[in-house]
Amino acid sequence: MGLDAGTLTALWSAVILSGVYHGVNPGMGWPLAVSAGLMEGRHRAMAYAIVALAIGHLLAMLAILLPFSMMTALVQWETELRVVAGALVATVGLYLLLNRRHPRFLARVAPSRLVLWSFLAAMAHGAGLMLVPIYLGICQVDLGSTGHEAAGDLMGQNVASAIVVAFAHTLAMTIAGGAIAMAIYFYLGLRFLSRTWFNLDIVWALSLILVGAFGIFFAVHGH
Amino acid sequence: MNLRPDPTFHATAQLAMQAPVETYGFVVMLSPDGSQPDGLATVDLDPKSASFGTVVKTLAMPNTGDEFHHFGWNACSSALSPLSGHAFLERRYLIVPGIRSSRIYVIDVKDPMAPVIHKIIEPEEVLAKTGYSRPHTIHCGPEGIYVSTLGGGGADGMDGPPGIFIMDCETFEIIGRYEIDRGKQEKHYDFWWNLPQDYMVSSEWALPPQFENGLVPEDLLSNKYGHAIHFWDLRKRKNIQTIDFGANYQMALEIRPAHDPKKSHGFCGVVVDTTNLQGAVFTWWRGEDGTWQTKKTITIDPRPEDPANLPTLLQGFGAVPPLVTDIDLSLDDRFLYVACWGLGEMHQYDVSDPMNPVLTGKVELGGIGRGTKHPSGGDYAFGPQMVEISRDGKRVYWTNSLYSTWDNQFYPGQEGGQMVMAHVGEKGGMTLDKEFYVTFPKGYRAHQIRLEGGDCSTDSFCYPNV
Repeated sequence: MGLDAGTLTALWSAVILSGVYHGVNPGMGWPLAVSAGLMEGRHRAMAYAIVALAIGHLLAMLAILLPFSMMTALVQWETELRVVAGALVATVGLYLLLNRRHPRFLARVAPSRLVLWSFLAAMAHGAGLMLVPIYLGICQVDLGSTGHEAAGDLMGQNVASAIVVAFAHTLAMTIAGGAIAMAIYFYLGLRFLSRTWFNLDIVWALSLILVGAFGIFFAVHGH
Repeated sequence: MNLRPDPTFHATAQLAMQAPVETYGFVVMLSPDGSQPDGLATVDLDPKSASFGTVVKTLAMPNTGDEFHHFGWNACSSALSPLSGHAFLERRYLIVPGIRSSRIYVIDVKDPMAPVIHKIIEPEEVLAKTGYSRPHTIHCGPEGIYVSTLGGGGADGMDGPPGIFIMDCETFEIIGRYEIDRGKQEKHYDFWWNLPQDYMVSSEWALPPQFENGLVPEDLLSNKYGHAIHFWDLRKRKNIQTIDFGANYQMALEIRPAHDPKKSHGFCGVVVDTTNLQGAVFTWWRGEDGTWQTKKTITIDPRPEDPANLPTLLQGFGAVPPLVTDIDLSLDDRFLYVACWGLGEMHQYDVSDPMNPVLTGKVELGGIGRGTKHPSGGDYAFGPQMVEISRDGKRVYWTNSLYSTWDNQFYPGQEGGQMVMAHVGEKGGMTLDKEFYVTFPKGYRAHQIRLEGGDCSTDSFCYPNV
């Protein structure tokens, strides 16, 4: 059980860290919060924008994690599911690595529709997928610690943990992105906007490949 | 693709004003009779350089008869849009359309002393993919590079209305038409926008048969040139409001929105009021109820002149119309420069209060029936035309040619391409720089200017000034 507890801590840390990682990525929207605050000239507008971006991101996480949580009911296919999920995540990473074109449809979203924008941005970049192998790992540890239960109970438990994972991740993302937005808005000024803006395209794609590969590795070799 | 945003991209107009000053500029050169290929000139703008104020490099195109006019960058500060999330384009390529040929050149100017043609889009491709011809204004915005056109299909460009098309900002492939619902828009000229507020404004010059072979006096006197501006929901691609200035306000040209995206106003220049030959500038703004409003805020009177000194076209009027053919707004949204190509004057207005512009400076140069010489002693053909302002607002550059066939009508017998520069005083006012007098190679005229690292009619800023 000691091993499981350690693994569980590592997996939950990964949930939080991936949230921080998504939060600091300008592609997930913190510059929009700065812009909203400055355009309206009110701190509150920035707060609203941060919340809107968080809701969009949360929905994108749930849209990806919930279908997987349903599938975890198929306990006997657990390893196969994790291998396929890992392969899917890595494939999306590989696709983003090779096809470095940016999704044009994101530019069609009106600046006022921040929830939609955040949702689409997270979906287009495979942000939710990055959580899948981590989430499936958590389900596996839960499974190992509680023994085989009725499929229905298990699914309910996994749906609950999908929601908790999505919330925890989004909270971390919001705090990280919100902190950068507020630092620029209140202290640093817009000069830092372009200075802190790094091209994470390659790193992001590699992260997906890495997470996918880990997912497959642990599915095959146990956690 | 860079790892960091291009250092010439700025979040706000304020930051752009503080950036290092320009050391060179690009000017398009046109061969008015098509006897030579059109070209791109690199002009040295560094006062510390030995070749300051001269053409240091020219690049000739492989075709003739393109008629270069307006052009623009592949990328600008709009890349820092919070909606894009990917600010890593390079300001490196100039998109140069031939307004007569409909051919588009993409020129790599990474080394301004060794520009190279990166790509040529043939007229057939432009027409096949868009149904438009005679490309004009270039702006980089959401989804790619926007190009306005003056003509539709067919040999005379009259098959269908003109409009805007979009090009990919990395591959320079033509993506297709912009408009979903063009409403009453039937003519086109210039356009610009406010990206965070998500609106665009477009203007109207004329249809191709009304300008290609020269101004058509009957059409002008019967008020058949453009006289309306159109407001668009930028991302819905829909014309939401058309404002007609009045039929007598012929040729609504440059659209200059305030650079600070928090403001919801801008300006549009009108070449001539056919009731009194005045030139005019309209201020447009968004009213309390969200609808758009316009008001004529600047008028410039014609100057009476002995018909003997006038071209045939104007002899019946016994006066020189100002002919407001270009306007440009400084990055601090304070000074509006108004080119009076007929009078031979460049005006500077303080537009801090956009509803009450105040004339703060005036320079005389060239002009119909006057031909004022440059302080260096050099001739100035035609009148002050395409104007460009340095980012810091301290220097104003302009050239002299309007459009090949129109130059010939209004200034018969004149020839030559010149570019000059004026210094702007702390509180306004303009003084021509005696040393800065650029002449272009023989047989060429000069039109639009683009400055290194962006200028006052290029960059769209996505964050308000602080």
